[in-house]
Amino acid sequence: MELKELISQKLQANFPEAELEFSEFRNEFNVKFNKKFVNPICKFLKEDSELEFLLCEDITAVDWAKRKNRFTVVYHIFSLKHNFRLVVKADVDESDCNIDTVSSVWKTSDWQERETYDMYGIKFNNHPDLRRIYMPEEFEYYPLRKEFPLLGIPGSLPLPKK
Amino acid sequence: MDRLTKDDVHPKILQKLLEDSDITFEDALENEMVLNMGPQHPATHGVLRLLLRLDGETVVGCVPDVGYLHRGYEKMAENMSYYEFIPHTDRLDYISPMANNVAWVLAVEKLAGIEVPVRAQYIRMIIAELTRVASHLVAIGSFAMDVGALTVFLWTLREREKIMDIWDILCGARFTNSYTRVGGVANDAQPEALALVKKFIDEIDSNLSECESLLNTNRIFIERLDGVGVISKEDALSYGYTGPNLRASGVEFDLRRATPYLQYDKVDFRIPVFTEGDCLARYFVRADEVRESAKIVKQCLQLMQPGEIKANMPKSVLPQKVEVYSKMEELIHDFMIVNFGINPPVGEVYHAIEGSKGELGFYLVSKGEGHPWKCKIRSPSFIHIQSLPHLVKGHMVSDVVAIIGSIDPIMGEADK
Amino acid sequence: MGLEAKLNSEGFLVTQLDAVVAWARKNSVYPMPMGISCCAIEMMAAADPKYDIARFGSEVMRFTPRQCDLMIVAGTVTYKMSHVVRKIYDQMPDPKWVIAMGACTSTGGMYRSYSVVQGIDQFLPVDVYLAGCPPRPDNLLNALIQIQNKIGRTRARDFQNLKLPELNVIQNN
Repeated sequence: MELKELISQKLQANFPEAELEFSEFRNEFNVKFNKKFVNPICKFLKEDSELEFLLCEDITAVDWAKRKNRFTVVYHIFSLKHNFRLVVKADVDESDCNIDTVSSVWKTSDWQERETYDMYGIKFNNHPDLRRIYMPEEFEYYPLRKEFPLLGIPGSLPLPKK
Repeated sequence: MDRLTKDDVHPKILQKLLEDSDITFEDALENEMVLNMGPQHPATHGVLRLLLRLDGETVVGCVPDVGYLHRGYEKMAENMSYYEFIPHTDRLDYISPMANNVAWVLAVEKLAGIEVPVRAQYIRMIIAELTRVASHLVAIGSFAMDVGALTVFLWTLREREKIMDIWDILCGARFTNSYTRVGGVANDAQPEALALVKKFIDEIDSNLSECESLLNTNRIFIERLDGVGVISKEDALSYGYTGPNLRASGVEFDLRRATPYLQYDKVDFRIPVFTEGDCLARYFVRADEVRESAKIVKQCLQLMQPGEIKANMPKSVLPQKVEVYSKMEELIHDFMIVNFGINPPVGEVYHAIEGSKGELGFYLVSKGEGHPWKCKIRSPSFIHIQSLPHLVKGHMVSDVVAIIGSIDPIMGEADK
Repeated sequence: MGLEAKLNSEGFLVTQLDAVVAWARKNSVYPMPMGISCCAIEMMAAADPKYDIARFGSEVMRFTPRQCDLMIVAGTVTYKMSHVVRKIYDQMPDPKWVIAMGACTSTGGMYRSYSVVQGIDQFLPVDVYLAGCPPRPDNLLNALIQIQNKIGRTRARDFQNLKLPELNVIQNN
């Protein structure tokens, strides 16, 4: 059986209520589901003996600007057993701008989630240390949101005195 | 002068001296102090700041602070065309600019569905591998300098200068190259450049052995690194390690083998793996990889055939400058691509290559416009710095310097 | 007729103390390598055997600001980093000089973005701006020669407005 079918079957059998959606583009396999299930599904993908997605490569978010579910949190995970990359996604709306952390599953997601919080303002519930990572702590804006101008907001970051 | 005997010293002084070994005193700092290392520190390889909590000289806690070089790449990428971003990738991991160029254009080509001619693919492999050699040479040299061996640094930098000379001929710039184009490379590799590559590859083995002879039998070097900064296989995977650092922990994972891109499935190379996971293993992996890269370049030079260096897709690949000046149609295409950009189909791709530090990936989201809707840079240095608290715990302050050198972070790509 | 011949025949030499001090100072510039990003690698290359900054008496790179009189700011200065750069500059003893190495240090360069300071002259006095992204090592040597010429022209009167740091001496009355 092909791996993509195996993943979709296993996920559908174990998480029937997760509103799973599967898609494919340029030979990349995408799985999208309700954000409430992000922790159990990631845990399952990592620990299932036939899948073993041990390596979490990347966590980020996409800002779709004028859309109902404004943000999509995207996880790229890799299975060393099958040399296969899976894209895991969950939608987050601006009014309820939070999602569960997966830092208990992969340690690497600690900083990657901090980066996503710094850039988009998406809160990660139960995160051990959710602080800004690139910008100073007193900075009020989220730079990668679409309404933030490229040149920044004048006066938002202070300079030392001459 | 006669030697002092035991009786010459005043018995009271002697008494005190003998007692000295078990002196106890009240510590005003209660044995714990916070040391701020960086952001301007010679051993932090850039502007990395570490907050260390010390007990005596032992590190009990560490909090890295990054962002001192955050230049807003991802925001800038959203505001410029796919071609315009190529020079910016040079400055990401500024020790290996060519590999970043290759990673970016591969991601764009995957998104736009462009097939690249074979000769261009071999040229890209050669530059990516030579960049890896240059990067590892700097890594080994600066690592040795961090633990006190300055000569090695000067010798490896001498070798790196030879690669810089090759770049000078190949693309006209010695440091920030911007040599690749979407759909190919900027110009064909000149015979002079290829001759220099061949000469460099033939000599690198003995020249590297020369540098290694200063380190591999050096007791100070070995004893300062052996068993320092150990990370287990499971932890390394969980922390998202890739590249040489992961292979030093005993995982045989290399994207060139796992998900072959370019023509890597046509060449034969070995993946160096060490199981110790300490600083010394990370050094050995890098030294071995230099030799493997040289082997790959040698095979590429043999396999390379004359041919096209740019894909024949006028709507998305920039034409050669000569043709722009002499032909009407090429001029129109050039104008359209420069002003409105290539318009890849709606979709999102992630493409990663085995960069010199680890997995370097670009995640691109396209809405069918000339500029990307979103661009995410997956930089290996960012991930590796994250594990510093785990690595330095329980070691001395001077070991921290060695550990930072061994994981080889580049702040340009860690801070984006 | 060189210096030695004159000294041999007459046994003494007449000059200004100012000129001697400036001559000595310009040929032993101690740089503070404020290496921030890409330009730092080219600064390293300027110290390597091929370009050899030691020919100009400046190979003694000191990593502590207290021992330096020339700061080479090599790399993009962000708003977060600007406070650190200023603090290090303030710690350097007078007289001191600054080279802004590279386009992004001088003007922001290709980084027209929210986090990058558009030119370090907004918070630092700069003596030499150096073009290039990054400048070649030979270019850095050129900037060093410019600085040396500038130092060679300084006289004591140039520093008469220089304030000594105020010391707060606690007196026991």
